Amino acid sequence: MILDSKIPEGPLAEKWDKHKFNVKLVNPANKRKYEVIVVGTGLAGASAAATLGELGYNVKAFCFQDSPRRAHSIAAQGGINAAKNYQNDGDSVFRLFYDTIKGGDYRAREANVYRLAQVSVDIIDQCVAQGVPFAREYGGLLANRSFGGAQVSRTFYARGQTGQQLLLGAYSALNRQIAYGKVKMYPRTEMLDLVMVDGKARGIVVRNLITGKIESHSAHAVVLATGGYGNVFFLSTNAMGSNATAAWRAHKKGALFANPCFTQIHPTCIPVSGEYQSKLTLMSESLRNDGRVWVPKTVELAQRLRRGEIAINDIAEEDRDYYLERKYPAFGNLVPRDVASRNAKLVCDEGRGVGGSGLAVYLDFADAIKRDGQPAIAAKYGNLFEMYAKITDENPYEKPMRIYPAVHYTMGGLWVDYNLMTNIPGLYATGECNFSDHGANRLGASALMQGLADGYFVIPYTIGDYLAQMPYAKVSTDHPAFKEAEEAVIAKNQQLLSIKGTRTVDEFHKALGLLMWDYCGMARNAEGLQFAKQEIRKLRDEFWRDVKVTGVNEELNITLEKANRVADFLELGELMVDDALHRNESCGGHFREEYQTPENEALRDDENFAYVAAWEFTGVGNEPVLHKEDLKFENVKLTQRSYK
Amino acid sequence: MVTYPVKGISPDMSFLEMLDVLNEDLLLRGDEPIAFDHDCREGICGMCSLYINGRAHGPERGTTTCQLHMRHFKDGDTITIEPWRAAAFPVHRDLVVDRSAMDRIQQAGGYISVNTGGVPDANTIPIPKTIADKAFDAATCIQCGACVAACKNASAMLFLSAKVSQLAMLPQGKVEAKTRVENMLAQHDAEGFGACSNIGACAAECPVGISLDNIAMLNREYISAKATSENVA
Repeated sequence: MILDSKIPEGPLAEKWDKHKFNVKLVNPANKRKYEVIVVGTGLAGASAAATLGELGYNVKAFCFQDSPRRAHSIAAQGGINAAKNYQNDGDSVFRLFYDTIKGGDYRAREANVYRLAQVSVDIIDQCVAQGVPFAREYGGLLANRSFGGAQVSRTFYARGQTGQQLLLGAYSALNRQIAYGKVKMYPRTEMLDLVMVDGKARGIVVRNLITGKIESHSAHAVVLATGGYGNVFFLSTNAMGSNATAAWRAHKKGALFANPCFTQIHPTCIPVSGEYQSKLTLMSESLRNDGRVWVPKTVELAQRLRRGEIAINDIAEEDRDYYLERKYPAFGNLVPRDVASRNAKLVCDEGRGVGGSGLAVYLDFADAIKRDGQPAIAAKYGNLFEMYAKITDENPYEKPMRIYPAVHYTMGGLWVDYNLMTNIPGLYATGECNFSDHGANRLGASALMQGLADGYFVIPYTIGDYLAQMPYAKVSTDHPAFKEAEEAVIAKNQQLLSIKGTRTVDEFHKALGLLMWDYCGMARNAEGLQFAKQEIRKLRDEFWRDVKVTGVNEELNITLEKANRVADFLELGELMVDDALHRNESCGGHFREEYQTPENEALRDDENFAYVAAWEFTGVGNEPVLHKEDLKFENVKLTQRSYK
Repeated sequence: MVTYPVKGISPDMSFLEMLDVLNEDLLLRGDEPIAFDHDCREGICGMCSLYINGRAHGPERGTTTCQLHMRHFKDGDTITIEPWRAAAFPVHRDLVVDRSAMDRIQQAGGYISVNTGGVPDANTIPIPKTIADKAFDAATCIQCGACVAACKNASAMLFLSAKVSQLAMLPQGKVEAKTRVENMLAQHDAEGFGACSNIGACAAECPVGISLDNIAMLNREYISAKATSENVA
């Protein structure tokens, strides 16, 4: 198989405009003859469904939540990047492109990233027109703040709830199309398989989560906007229901899965407090604009602090190590996420961590409160401080926050070409579900940008190019391919229900999560990864022998829902480990302990690994086949990333 | 009503984690777990609900059930949990209710009619910071339905008013303000939600602090729409 990324010819800055001119068009009157399925209604899905409906296509949209507005994009806090240069501080499309490529440690496609930077400016215009209440200055114009990995202020925000406001904008556009009858919405419906006819994606099989009914839906194209797979780790900042099932089952039907080991561990989350913990809560990166990260300078001081022999205030200023400011004076507390996370792990591994477990560092606002006053800080981060206080029962205005890295985002995902189409004709992947724009590390405030770029401004053009070549005739859901897929889904559910073992789905999920965190988390090595691979296989065998799923298929069955998702995580986890093991270099969020500089920074191997690793499924328990897409850098020079 | 004993609960657990513990226990005993809605567990998605000891989202003000922690209860307490109760929210199973009526109210006009593309530059229309902030406050509604559950009339007016006033305050939203308020209100009534009698239980129980001022604004918008003739019936 040869991976064709279909990157248009010509200079970087002209590729997208040329491509938009060259793609085939579907005449307005003919658009209504095509049906498109969109799975997922977060930023990428809702924006795509709404825009395709506006263009005239008939859209069916699916989400597992009870309303499309609850997709996990809603929880994004900090902001959305755009190269508007409203602050007159030197931003430009090229700078946003450059920062994103560099932030991703040179493992993303230049052409995709440049297009992302280009359309970023349109996103802000679109959202404002929809009534998204971004933060504003007193003069009435839009406000910005800075985020990690950038030295300009290009992040637009709505207090600490930017994702919520952007999603509600997309949700309102979606609602308008639902009201017009151009989008048919299926909430509480989960995709369980992809249906292919003559090698093309022609529909999906879903389960109605209320009645348990297994149904088929046919279309001319299928868009997966189903988010990331961070919940492989059990504990993450993802929502409880976030899962990889739609993407994974498409992978099992032939879609390649790219760079699965590129996962983002976010540096500022509330630390784990007990075994019962069900999820981790992020404290937005925007807090690093004003919060200073530190730990005690010596192990001895940290020990005394953990034992409660001294209080935080007993630690003199000169005994505090503001390690990010010390090591990276140019970016300080605003280094990219992978760098901040790794350094937090380093100081905790040295024994200088704080909190009961020693697995936390301080994020301290004392200086900012002294400088700007508490009301100013509250205006910027009020809801985050409240959330922190609710969860920890501590007041962050008085005591520094305790934070620790947690799984947050997955850069890997389904392999797509420049048109966001997977290697299966007619199957698209957008937003976090694809692999394309963030390389080995995503910069803060870029996930919202990518989700909306894909949905509002990329897929509406590129999908037309494909549909224009498709006959209008629909495939009936009575087609054998649909029946076969339905039967397979039903059989799998019956199998899960018939095991009647002794261990719960959550027990397996937690065991998998722990393996992934310990061996395929912030730091990895060959030995640990090999061990994890064997353990995951064992765990998967045990799951299929001993899992306990009660109830029946034909009802609202929360255990069966989870069992399907965890069954897929148990396969995906192994692929992540395979990918991490094969990539004998460190880059971005993928830190192999064997490959580091003397200063403990990630050591890339551009000679041998400047490629996208796209994996082909060959059966559960079989070794996947690696396909490589070489990354060509014509506009940026590959250098050792430095934030010093 | 069924009473379940739950053991091993730590004060730092969230309310939903307590239910997780109970469900794991039920599963191991071969019983079916209790179905309840939840997703982000950060207080923002609006998926969780639960009427706890007679209060929507439990005893803490300004808190969703997922952000409620067990430190607010005492060891040995018996906690009563009910689903949202309203004619417009039929129960699916256990504690899971159908809130799609709220989506249909949004579909009746909770948007600004702009297509993707072809919009002016974001800074073309300056919006006073005070107005932008107020619109933002209204826009933070999470559509959880607590206002309906708390209201003796099962009215969804606080939810509805939050969307109407967010868009009515912004220059972009003024264009369609009149048809919007009429259409959304008509849908609200058609769904079987009750009328508003200005008790204020909704705002008192709202986990994100949506203000009762929005209902005043809604009424003003509605009267002003009714006073002109070009709108819907």
